[in-house]
Amino acid sequence: MSDKTVRTHLSEPEVVAGNGLLHRRALLGQGIVYAGAVGTGLAVSLTGAAAEPLREGPWSMRVGTAIPPYQTPSRFEAHVVRTQDNPDNEARNSRARTPHHLLKGIITPNGLHFTICHGGVPDIDPAQHRLVIHGMVKQPLEFTVEMLERYPMVSRIGFVECGGNSAPMFSNEPIQANVQALHGLASCSEWTGVLLSTLLDEVGVDPKAKWMIAEGADSPRLSRSVPVAKGLDDAMIALYQNGERIQPGQGYPMRLWLPGNVKYVRRIKLTEEPAMSYYESRTYSQILPNGKAYRFYFLQEVKSFITTPSPGLVLKEPGYYEISGIAYSGTGRIKKVLVSADGGQSWGEAALQDPVLPKAFTRFRMPWRWSGGPAVLQSRAWDESGTMQPTREQFVALRGQTTKPPSVLDFPSQHFNAITSWGVDAQGGVKHVYA
Amino acid sequence: MSMRRIALVAASISVALSAASFAADSPRLGKPISPADIAPWDITIMPDGTGLPSGSGTPAQGAPIFQAKCSACHGENGKGGIAAAVTAGPPRASLDGGKTIANFWPYATTIFDFVRRAMPYNAPHSLKDDEVYALTAYLLSLNKVIGENDVMNAQTLPKVKMPNRDNFIIRFPERI
Repeated sequence: MSDKTVRTHLSEPEVVAGNGLLHRRALLGQGIVYAGAVGTGLAVSLTGAAAEPLREGPWSMRVGTAIPPYQTPSRFEAHVVRTQDNPDNEARNSRARTPHHLLKGIITPNGLHFTICHGGVPDIDPAQHRLVIHGMVKQPLEFTVEMLERYPMVSRIGFVECGGNSAPMFSNEPIQANVQALHGLASCSEWTGVLLSTLLDEVGVDPKAKWMIAEGADSPRLSRSVPVAKGLDDAMIALYQNGERIQPGQGYPMRLWLPGNVKYVRRIKLTEEPAMSYYESRTYSQILPNGKAYRFYFLQEVKSFITTPSPGLVLKEPGYYEISGIAYSGTGRIKKVLVSADGGQSWGEAALQDPVLPKAFTRFRMPWRWSGGPAVLQSRAWDESGTMQPTREQFVALRGQTTKPPSVLDFPSQHFNAITSWGVDAQGGVKHVYA
Repeated sequence: MSMRRIALVAASISVALSAASFAADSPRLGKPISPADIAPWDITIMPDGTGLPSGSGTPAQGAPIFQAKCSACHGENGKGGIAAAVTAGPPRASLDGGKTIANFWPYATTIFDFVRRAMPYNAPHSLKDDEVYALTAYLLSLNKVIGENDVMNAQTLPKVKMPNRDNFIIRFPERI
């Protein structure tokens, strides 16, 4: 193939926004050659370094190991783990955060799904676990795991997010931490179980019952009040996560899956009024700048953040990179994600990876040619209700910020969904910035 | 009947079944259970006092219990340790922290409910109801919400008006 032929098939990628953002068509990999490579006639190398002669690795020269009954990741992936904030199980809450910067899909692997426990991870025998539904019902009923296994099941791919995810972003100064520390309390799985509406139908809910108080079998008997309307909508008693039984950190053997998730659920009581449990009246109430506080903030609003590049990952040389991240909304599907490389001065539309599902992580991608100069990367999502992710400035005007930087592990407030900015410096380092 | 015919009949039956399964045809495998049998787990205390057991306690009775069973985590006199402070916060909580019983908790019944179900952390649900009333009274007194000699029981506790009770806004009330 002559140089001339190559040139007729390849064209410069279209720049759609400032600082090197390319049209998402470039992701298709067709007919694109990047500046610097045009002169050589071949788009294979941006560095100019030729590959070494091929040779055999030792793994090709000997038989491998026995296939294990349950496969775990390669030993070379040992760094792809959750961070633990209470590894010695001291007498306080414990959390493990999802390493978003090292993951690329929309499904969080089960072992990497974030976990928060308020009394350690319980070791529940499924044969002895019971779920009782009572209160304002015609006939209180008790269910076992074995019984629920016989019920019609549904599967939904959906995200779960702690109300306190992204709480370090309430800091008045950008806290230098990676996407795992900032946004690691959100994950997405396929959940399978029995619709709660089926079970509520069987107990016969009194129309006067407006709330249900769900309680876990963990040591704090964690309890939350949830509107019955939500219970009848898309709530389920989930038994499976990504096809296998829910893991102990996620609520084994069953969790009430909905906003206001209750793991290890063992009791649901129908009531006229909410219980005003510790978690709804203290922990998950969000202080506002005027001194008042929100309560029963169930909705996780539209949000997105870039996972690569992100702090801790280094751009080794100028040239082509794919900006990738996740977007989600508790209202429904993600409609659109825009990406900026110049701190929000100009925006290009990212490609949304199928499937785009309601209340699930949506993966977005944006081709980018980094010039080697400073850049500020941002993503901004819209959901199908038309709601737009706010800028940090807009968000802080309503919700406030701290007067001094808190610890990255603190929760100054909750339900932070504004734009995240990653600053890229001339050395390719990535920092958390406010822009 | 031809195979094709059988397949068509089977398909129409399965359509009918899936439509019907959303009506009254759920499995109904749950076992009826009486309120008396649920009682050991039915520990929810409502803001109006529903669910509060008999028994009572005073701040003076609660102080030594707190010292023995709570201060290791919550600090001397509840000023905070590896667990949150339960007193001695700022007049008003802010994004810089400082949510306390006096400046934040909207209902006194929540103290009884939470202490009984979840505390002490390493021995949850181990306190007697009188001890829980005494600790509740001690915490309310430390926070100067009740007097040093006030008795907390099923009648008095729901009547305690928490200072911050009216400072809450339901987020997205249309969704409730």
